[in-house]
Amino acid sequence: MKLLIFASRRLGRLILTIFLISTIVFFVIRIIPGDPALVVAGMDATPEAIAAIRAELGMDQPIAAQYVQWLWNVVRFDFGQSLISGQRVITLVFQRFPLTLSLAILGILISIVIAIPLGVISAVKRWSAWDYTGMAFSQLGMAIPSFWLGIMLLLIFAVKIPIFPLFGSGSIVHLILPAVSLGIARAAIILRLTRASMIEELSKEYVITARAKGLTERMVKYKHALKNALLPVVTITGIQLGYMLGGAIITEQVFSLPGLGRLFLTGIYQRDFPLIQGGVVFVAIIFSLINFIVDILYSVLNPRIRIE
Amino acid sequence: MKEFYGRGLLARKRAAFRAVDRISFDIEKNTVFGLVGESGCGKTTVSRALLHLDPPTSGEVRFAGTSLENLKGKALRTYRRRMQIVFQDPNSALNPKMRIGASLEEGLINLGVPKPERVRRVEEILETVGISPSHQNRYPHEFSGGQKQRIVIARALTMQPEFLVLDEPVSNLDVSIQAQIINLLMDLKNKLALTYLFISHDLNLVAYLSDRIAVMYRGRIVELGTTEQIMDRPVHPYTLKLFSASPTLHGTITADEKVQENEPAEAVSAGCVFAAQCDRRDSSCLEQQPELVDIGEGHLVACIHGKHIPPA
Amino acid sequence: MKFEPGMNGEARNNSNKNTNADAGNNGELLAVQDLDVSFELQRGAARALRGIDLSVRSGEIHGLVGESGSGKTVTSTCIMGLLPTPPARINGGRILCRGTDLLALPEAERRKTRGREIAMVFQEPAKYLNPSLKIGEQITEMLCLHLGMERSEAIERAVELFELVGLPGSKRFLSGYPHELSGGMKQRMMIAMAICCDPSILIADEPTTALDVTLQLQILKLILQLRDRFSMGVLFISHDLAVVHEISDRVSVIYAGKIVESAVRERLFNEPLHPYTRLLLLSIPDAGKRGRRLEVIPGRVPDAEHIPEGCAFHPRCPLAEKICSREIPPTVEHSEGHTAACHMIGKKWIDS
Repeated sequence: MKLLIFASRRLGRLILTIFLISTIVFFVIRIIPGDPALVVAGMDATPEAIAAIRAELGMDQPIAAQYVQWLWNVVRFDFGQSLISGQRVITLVFQRFPLTLSLAILGILISIVIAIPLGVISAVKRWSAWDYTGMAFSQLGMAIPSFWLGIMLLLIFAVKIPIFPLFGSGSIVHLILPAVSLGIARAAIILRLTRASMIEELSKEYVITARAKGLTERMVKYKHALKNALLPVVTITGIQLGYMLGGAIITEQVFSLPGLGRLFLTGIYQRDFPLIQGGVVFVAIIFSLINFIVDILYSVLNPRIRIE
Repeated sequence: MKEFYGRGLLARKRAAFRAVDRISFDIEKNTVFGLVGESGCGKTTVSRALLHLDPPTSGEVRFAGTSLENLKGKALRTYRRRMQIVFQDPNSALNPKMRIGASLEEGLINLGVPKPERVRRVEEILETVGISPSHQNRYPHEFSGGQKQRIVIARALTMQPEFLVLDEPVSNLDVSIQAQIINLLMDLKNKLALTYLFISHDLNLVAYLSDRIAVMYRGRIVELGTTEQIMDRPVHPYTLKLFSASPTLHGTITADEKVQENEPAEAVSAGCVFAAQCDRRDSSCLEQQPELVDIGEGHLVACIHGKHIPPA
Repeated sequence: MKFEPGMNGEARNNSNKNTNADAGNNGELLAVQDLDVSFELQRGAARALRGIDLSVRSGEIHGLVGESGSGKTVTSTCIMGLLPTPPARINGGRILCRGTDLLALPEAERRKTRGREIAMVFQEPAKYLNPSLKIGEQITEMLCLHLGMERSEAIERAVELFELVGLPGSKRFLSGYPHELSGGMKQRMMIAMAICCDPSILIADEPTTALDVTLQLQILKLILQLRDRFSMGVLFISHDLAVVHEISDRVSVIYAGKIVESAVRERLFNEPLHPYTRLLLLSIPDAGKRGRRLEVIPGRVPDAEHIPEGCAFHPRCPLAEKICSREIPPTVEHSEGHTAACHMIGKKWIDS
């Protein structure tokens, strides 16, 4: 019951966030220089043609009316049509989204698989070979830009040793190298956090109690301490997933994947306003949704939070 | 003479919660007034309300005949200076990044005291509390717990107060250090003609120091009197319970009566605050809050059955 | 040496486990002999314990009194085997639990004694309880591990144990979490965890210091009841002399890593021999001392790295003479069961 109340409060916050973002996007688009109507009409169009296009785009209405219309559109997921291709923005987004999402999820899975065990072992066996490996990995991972890593991976595993395809999409195989390049950078952060969290938990008083109860070291570390140590890791990992979606943009360029990232990048170059608008809001919604799920998950794992 | 009466209400999100409910007492100059009670009884709220750190929701605090209620800004601060407070934990009371000499000077700087006078006063006060003035450039972490508490007392004294609220000032200290600090406090009281409000959960300590004692439970004073009256002829059932529970150097606990953990529910709004826990309650106890009644020579008890009942 | 597993759930008033006959020499369930522990710190060695002797008999509560820095916590931690042995070093001594020297056991065997033969209750239950594990789980894991119980059996037993300590005896209670409990209830839970495997020795390290006075009384009574029921020996550690008086049968006073006096309770409190004990008793305020200054021990407890030569107390002692700064006073038995370590026993006390 408490969980439901908690969840509904978080849901309220989610909706508020989306509303705020939509508002901000709306006003930012109208402040930045550049006239969409001009872009569509072309540099040589007559003023009448531009005015006509403006009317078509609904940009001659008073601001308030445009705003309300915009909000209404957001709710219905109707972001208008791409100025370039003419297709509905939402259609374009949904076409590309699964690929980007798969990439991000695969990336985060790779991160977790590398980072959490390594982080835990680093903490448990401090100052051992494992620990130094972990720390070194973490340093490197944070220092190396993911696009460089991506290019290197391509060079080694697609060109020199042709295991993986160079470009294209269509199957999991195409996603592995990009996911690895994405995942390693994030793994570094998760590893450091896991290690720090685990070290902190192991120094807490309830661990002394656990030992005083005669529990085996394994039980003390992995049953008592680990559970508490993973709590902050869950939160951070969830947020990392959100960043993955963003990081995917660059990775998609490197690996020539037809995902959301490329779509938005192209849209920006081409000043495709409805696409950009819709894209930003869409990503914001997804990000907020992820945070929401993470919050719920966290409160399931940490019974103390529910009291709040 | 310092008086305090009134009602403090602490409003929380849903329902108003009376942290302190119609407490009235006066403290005479150059005496020690002891406030004893367990956690949640409201004693900290009282101490903060007296100094107007959390002003009471209703009621009045009077200091030397002047009501603090309508004072603001500069006027309030003038009175505040004459009342100082010493808390339980010297670690959080002292700024760890500030040398203690500077900590002590702060208040004096605010008063506009010129530098040579400040230096003189700081040294004088450090000597008074038993800290060598040559240590004034050290940081708090370089001192022991007992020394830190002395420094906190010194800081309170820089303002030359007349009234000192001492909220569990020795609870965190070792036994042998406690005695040093307690002796110091009594010496200061006599030397500087101070008045103390001494708050503690330790009945023995309060009985040793105080001239008069108030026993608090759940925001109310349940018994009030001179130390002799309270110690020799305690009346209120809660006072009696506190007595029997306080360990002494002569007592022995026996393994009698199985005691179930009973969580007192939120206080009943009508009726005596202690009724739920009281052996002697009857139906009349649940009807209305008993008021403090004088059962002789200024010994006040808030209990319907308020005659002295010899301990079982 | 193996410790027998398998306890059935019956009342154990007649448990043969902890009776005198079964225990080590003269019914001592726990005997600490000449324990010496130091810590290797950057600035030198800190001598935390300098030859401690302590014993606890079946059904006895032995109070260990000391101020902070006296070594009482190191004592309890060392007996439990929880001292981290890189910084800490056990230089000598024996810890006999029912005749077996725990220090001679390999760690795997030693671990089995924790919670099973010797159990501990700590000071601040809020910090010492795992917030993420269910209340029931924190007990049943011990029952399953040490006593080999099946899970369902363990749950039944856990319910009984909670009732025994005055907590709700219901399955619903078992599935709650520690943070839902009040301070007193948390401490009861800790006690339940400590006694669940019927240990011979219970070490209570300041178990009531963080509690209100009325709650403290309840917990102390509970400890007494459990002591009676299970015939345990209890080592009760505290800085509060009054509490120690109320609950102990025998009392030892520890100062700077040495036991300076040890006696039956009445003797120690009424006829203290060691100056430290005497001064400590005189410095405690109570209503009877109103109007008089409290006796004060000048100076402070010495750091473990800078323990004075000879008798560690001599710089603060009103009776000190030359010999006190040169020779460590031996522990001498002055009357039956009453030992003290002081060169000046018998010297006239300078009256205040």
